[in-house]
Amino acid sequence: MEILFYIFSALTLLCGLLVVFNPFSRNPVTSAMFLVLTIICMSGLFVLLKAFFLAAVQILVYAGAVIVLFLFVIMLMNIKEEERQRFRKFGTFLGAAAVAGLAWILVTTVMNSRTGERSVANNTGETKELGELLFTNYVLPFEIVSLLLLVAMVGCILLSKTSETEEEAE
Amino acid sequence: MTHVGLEHYLVVSAALFCLGLLGVVIRRNLIVMYMSLELMLNAATLALVAFSHHQPPSPHGSPLDGQIMVFFIITVAAAEVAVGLALIVALYRKRQTTDVADLASMKL
Amino acid sequence: MTDSELKLTLAMVVLFLPLLAAVSIGLGARRWRGLSAGLSLGASAIAFVCSLILFIKFHGAPSGIVPATDAAFNGIQWLHLGDFKVDFAALIDPLSLLMLLIVTTVGTLVQVFSLAYMKTDAGYSRYFAGLSLFLFSMLGIVLASNLLLLFIFWELVGVSSYLLISHWFEKPAAADAGKKAFITNRIGDFGFLIGILFVWQLHGTLDIIALADMGAVTTTAGLLIFCGAMGKSAQFPLHVWLPDAMEGPTPVSALIHAATMVAAGVYMLCKLFFLFTADALVIISWVGGITALLAALMAIQQNDIKRILAYSTLSQLGYMVMAVGCAGPAASLFHLTTHAAFKALLFLGAGAVIYSCHHEQDIWKLGGLRKKLPLTYRAFVIGALALAGFPLMSGFFSKDAILAQAFVANQPLFYLGVVVALLTSFYMMRCVLVAFHGDARSEAAKEAHEAPGEMIGPLLILSALSIGLGWHYFGLSNFLIKVSGAVIPNEITHSAKLTAMIAGTAASLTGLFLGWMAYRGVKQDPLPAMLGALARGMRDKFYFDELYAGLNQWTQERLSHYAAWFDRWIIGGLAVRGTSGAVDLTGCLLRLVQSGNLQTYALLLALGLLVMLTFFLF
Repeated sequence: MEILFYIFSALTLLCGLLVVFNPFSRNPVTSAMFLVLTIICMSGLFVLLKAFFLAAVQILVYAGAVIVLFLFVIMLMNIKEEERQRFRKFGTFLGAAAVAGLAWILVTTVMNSRTGERSVANNTGETKELGELLFTNYVLPFEIVSLLLLVAMVGCILLSKTSETEEEAE
Repeated sequence: MTHVGLEHYLVVSAALFCLGLLGVVIRRNLIVMYMSLELMLNAATLALVAFSHHQPPSPHGSPLDGQIMVFFIITVAAAEVAVGLALIVALYRKRQTTDVADLASMKL
Repeated sequence: MTDSELKLTLAMVVLFLPLLAAVSIGLGARRWRGLSAGLSLGASAIAFVCSLILFIKFHGAPSGIVPATDAAFNGIQWLHLGDFKVDFAALIDPLSLLMLLIVTTVGTLVQVFSLAYMKTDAGYSRYFAGLSLFLFSMLGIVLASNLLLLFIFWELVGVSSYLLISHWFEKPAAADAGKKAFITNRIGDFGFLIGILFVWQLHGTLDIIALADMGAVTTTAGLLIFCGAMGKSAQFPLHVWLPDAMEGPTPVSALIHAATMVAAGVYMLCKLFFLFTADALVIISWVGGITALLAALMAIQQNDIKRILAYSTLSQLGYMVMAVGCAGPAASLFHLTTHAAFKALLFLGAGAVIYSCHHEQDIWKLGGLRKKLPLTYRAFVIGALALAGFPLMSGFFSKDAILAQAFVANQPLFYLGVVVALLTSFYMMRCVLVAFHGDARSEAAKEAHEAPGEMIGPLLILSALSIGLGWHYFGLSNFLIKVSGAVIPNEITHSAKLTAMIAGTAASLTGLFLGWMAYRGVKQDPLPAMLGALARGMRDKFYFDELYAGLNQWTQERLSHYAAWFDRWIIGGLAVRGTSGAVDLTGCLLRLVQSGNLQTYALLLALGLLVMLTFFLF
């Protein structure tokens, strides 16, 4: 079982890196593709953590809807290869250094807290229990989130209206 | 192979988060920045699920609370992506560029 | 009514009646000249009568400062701040009774004189209000029982003097003289106040009776208190205001600058004699001696009759202070009393001359007044002889007392005193010869006629006092020795007294003779030809005024220079422009953060997060 964890996590990190740093091409589509791969590997990690429902939802919603949306927008905007612009040395290196420092801090904190020795894995996580919890304790957030989705839809439609469509409508 | 405990997942989550942050700071294409943002969000969800898995049952709340949160996070993230991309499209239409360096009109 | 109640009532009447007169004149009676004069004169006369009654009844009290139950009125509570207690109370001991008598006598005589002298003046009522206010303040000084109250009345006297000197304020010279007097006094008072604070710090109380038991304070404190006397009694170097104060009306000069206000300094020194250490007394005596010599030299070449008398006053005040410094407050007070009589006489005589000669004051434009103003002439001569210390005049006895004191205490000062006595008789002879003898040298002198009765009366009374005050019949000298409680007089041996008497008499007669020789029948001053630059220096008051003016100007210039530099560079540059510059700079630096670039913001977020986490986790 453990080896699966190492494989999935290695893949996740690698794909994540390739999303950000793509030596092959600077096309955003490439980044999107690698993001899909990252999502799928993460969903594998979710399965290892006994969160089956979430794994499925992750692939359905994230990989299937969100990234497709990204791709649509990329193609809609007809972005070509990003030209190599001025490589800002100072900003880039400072940013990399800051993030590296942050990473180091987080990792050492986690390692030093030694949670692993005390944690006990439980084997719950069945979808049925999740559903029960969702519709009893968390039914209010559930309803609110649906409202949120409605609002998001309305917002998107408004935002994507162009001035020509408005003039045509009048 | 040592036993895979909570901290392994947390380390992966932290590393993924930092990769996403790196992308936000370094890449200049708006779309790719946004994708890195999603990467950071995913790292957070991974951490939550890991905690939820390793939490013992307690009278205060179900151990599945973490998964519930992730559920909502994914939903909200989807809505947010929709709106954000709509904004990016509108911005592209106005400025004909997706390079953040060209979008610095709010400076003092 | 018991003794102390009677004392208190009479003292309060004496003190407050002039105030009442001044206030009523100021508030309404000004419109009626006769009423104002009547109020003022009436208050003064009643005060005189009450002082006389008080003196006759109570002058036999024990010597020195009398214990509280008998002398002082433990009055109205005023300031009680923890241990610090100051009350409105009066100290009525024989010394104050004597001073009350002097002040009210001279005050009343001067007011009678002013009835005629100021008759044509526009500010008649204002003048009498000023006189009454002055009387109130001076009597307050005499009766004050603690140093704070003394200081308050001290300042009040300064104010009254200012008002009276600049009575003719439309004249710039008079206004300036008033200001000069007030400011110079103020400088002395500053030292006085610090001295009072020292006394409080050292002894914890300001009550004079309590202080008398505690003995001397430090030399510094004593000298600071002497500063007050320096200012009020015009000692060197604060002597510059007294000659200029002659811009005021002559009766004012007679009252204030001859008999009473300038004597307040000496009175204070005698009353607080126990506060001074031997070192302080030595310095005081030398200051007095130097003042006496300097003033006498300056008087020799003055041409204004009032200025001669002013410098003479300065010189005599120097004598009095010198006597105090030689540990002889009794001699000093004796001379104060006799000086009050003959100096007031001289000033009023000069006033009569001025009045008669249509306000001509230059002695070289007078002359021949001996025949035209016989009574004035005789009174003036009596006064001059008393001042010169002619044998058997009152001045003779008091000056001898001082010289004897100096001989015993500080021999160099004795010789100084003898020289000054010589100079005194010299310049008085000069004044009398030039102003009254010879032929009339101007129209005004030719048309002079005798002064009216209100003026002559006081002159006659004061002449009698000038002759008689010294006689043992009046016992003034013994009374004063008893009252001032000083120890030294017992040490004056008979031989010292004899030496002083002989030296004093010799000096005065020699001076008179020299004056007679030099000035008999001359039409202009022979001295400048003989002495040249020295005579010029004497006439120009040894350039003290110019020195002070120059010092003032230099100090102000330097101060303003530094203040300007400070204002421009430190306040304007550092504080104002520096602050704004710093804020500007910070703003410029901070502005760089708002670049509008999204990635910069993200970077800053990451950095901030890094810093915070480092701070919290490590």
